[in-house]
Amino acid sequence: MESLSLLLDGFASVLTPMNLLYAAIGVLLGTFVGVLPGIGPAMAVALLLPVTYGLDPVAAFIMFAGIYYGGMYGGSTTAILLNTPGESASVMTALEGNLMARRGRAAQALATAAVGSFIAGTIGTMLVVFFAPALASVAVEIGAPSYFALMVLAMVMVTSVLGHSWLRGFIALFLGLTIGLVGLDLNTGQQRLSFDQPLLADRIDIVVVAVGIFALGEALWVAAHLRRAPLHVVPVGRPWMSGGDVRRSWGPWLRGTAYGFPFGAIPAGGAEIPTFLSYLTEKKLAARKGQDEFGKGAIEGVAGPEAANNASAAGTFVPLLALGLPVTATSAVMLAALQGYGIEPGPSLMTDQPELVWALLASLLIGNALLLVLNLPLAPLWAKLLRIPRPQLYAGILFFAALGAYAANMQAFDLFLLLLLGLLGLLMRRFGLPVLPLILGVILGPLMEFRLREAMAISGGEVSGLWSEPLAIVVYVIVALAVVAPLVLRAVRPAPAAVAAELEHEHEHEHSADKEEVER
Amino acid sequence: MSTVTTSPGAPTTPRRDKAQLGLAALLAVVGAYTFYDATTLRVGFGDPVGPRLFPYVIGAGTFLLAVLLVVATLRGDVPEAEAGEDIDLSQPADWRTVLTLVGVLAFTVLTVSFLGWAVSGAILFAGSAWALGSRTVVRDVLVGAVLSVTSWYFFHEVLGVALSPGILDGVL
Repeated sequence: MESLSLLLDGFASVLTPMNLLYAAIGVLLGTFVGVLPGIGPAMAVALLLPVTYGLDPVAAFIMFAGIYYGGMYGGSTTAILLNTPGESASVMTALEGNLMARRGRAAQALATAAVGSFIAGTIGTMLVVFFAPALASVAVEIGAPSYFALMVLAMVMVTSVLGHSWLRGFIALFLGLTIGLVGLDLNTGQQRLSFDQPLLADRIDIVVVAVGIFALGEALWVAAHLRRAPLHVVPVGRPWMSGGDVRRSWGPWLRGTAYGFPFGAIPAGGAEIPTFLSYLTEKKLAARKGQDEFGKGAIEGVAGPEAANNASAAGTFVPLLALGLPVTATSAVMLAALQGYGIEPGPSLMTDQPELVWALLASLLIGNALLLVLNLPLAPLWAKLLRIPRPQLYAGILFFAALGAYAANMQAFDLFLLLLLGLLGLLMRRFGLPVLPLILGVILGPLMEFRLREAMAISGGEVSGLWSEPLAIVVYVIVALAVVAPLVLRAVRPAPAAVAAELEHEHEHEHSADKEEVER
Repeated sequence: MSTVTTSPGAPTTPRRDKAQLGLAALLAVVGAYTFYDATTLRVGFGDPVGPRLFPYVIGAGTFLLAVLLVVATLRGDVPEAEAGEDIDLSQPADWRTVLTLVGVLAFTVLTVSFLGWAVSGAILFAGSAWALGSRTVVRDVLVGAVLSVTSWYFFHEVLGVALSPGILDGVL
């Protein structure tokens, strides 16, 4: 129970009126940006990062925690109201959520998503409170060879297992690794890939990379294919849930949390698999009870995946804080943010700066609670944001992207880099290259090189030093399994993504059938 | 090879995406240059790995992926272009809008130090909105000016970060 009392100390340092105000501003800004079409949580966090510059670490955390949860909730709002998930984690939410919205139950869908996010986020963060210190105390013993192996695992999982095409995953990863090379070499102080440009010697700021690839790349890609016909936005009333809605939701909330957290906590996570599993489970359970509304807008199909999504996001804090390993795009941006606040995530963090860790975890819990309080009543207002005319919307995104990149270092050169990276982001969208492996490559590449050199220096240049620890061997076995297993599984049954596409297809068919009936 | 063949519902007529060969060429150049750049580095002392290994591996890997992409393209591998809320993939790409936007951004890059954020930011907003098809120029310029001046003051007063004042130095 030591963790609990430390967490209470964290609350004590965080809970001041001024900090609560920062948290509220964070939640509002995060939701505002997250609701905007085309912006997912990772992009919202990257775009709003500069707002927290200049605050002291604790105030920055709490504002950042609000932005983070607001961005996540904003993403599911767009998924439910527009049926266009901004990122793969909300694909499952969009399926039933949009059907509910079309049946006039948008408010209930948003409410079950908000409450589910709150419950999953709270349980998930509490689990982090208990797991991260334990993992960190184990992680102190982990040597450079095992670290190197863990990073190989994270890269292989994200690149080949979660994506659609391993070739494109690896192309994105290697582009990221190349960007990560730019700048001074750690040991010898020589410039690599810098074209004798002193401004590049400092390495490329990860915020510039994230904003360029996510925000600018997206805006340019939208510019190339702007939908001229207006989208159909479902009007939203004040969110409330009837007793029946709550009774049907609490099971999916808890089951979704149980699916989500473990997948987030292992360094191979992501929210795709747990949201998919949660959706399937709820569908099966509903069918068994004989009240199967799936395909017509079942509240269970929103509650479960939304909880799974948020629990998995909370779970990613375990490897992030204890090992310094980000496994999703959002946690990659988060790592950059924490480093900006003077925190170096990793095993020694828990012993070196415990008060900051507990303040961060307390901030997450507060941000999560504020989200629920503010966003349930504000939902109709957020829905109006979806009607901003597209030229002004994307002009605004470009404006804030440029502001974020420029404010980081006050260099016009960073804006030039932003433009180049935006063009790269455009290319990636045109050629179907996934974004996440690139971001991971930029962040993990330099860390990996550092660990490799450390491991080899310890072993005196013997390559066998790389598998001198039992954990390293175990991880390499998992890597091998992770590469082989999907090949076997795919031969036996279709991949989740394919099933999701099929479900979507079925729904579309049902819709067109409905419409035909109505027209008659 | 890649498992993606075609996306459901996508136009199926062009079986080969020749533009992917351009991407492969770009990857080959990047990989080769990364490899060449590594050869110019001096090897340090007491460091069995040295500064060259990573660029060698990454450069060679990128080059190899370029070759694999050529093979995949010639075998009929088609990319699944990213879909999204405001994206209509059934229309052909409108590269003129993209070029105009890139021009507006390039203008911002070149002028931000001289004109300052308040002016450059406003031009960026109004210019982008115009490039994307908005014709309410006066309103866009006004909105842009309000956004850029507000953000300048927000960063200056609340966050203690001084964005470039440029020609408005002393006025703001």
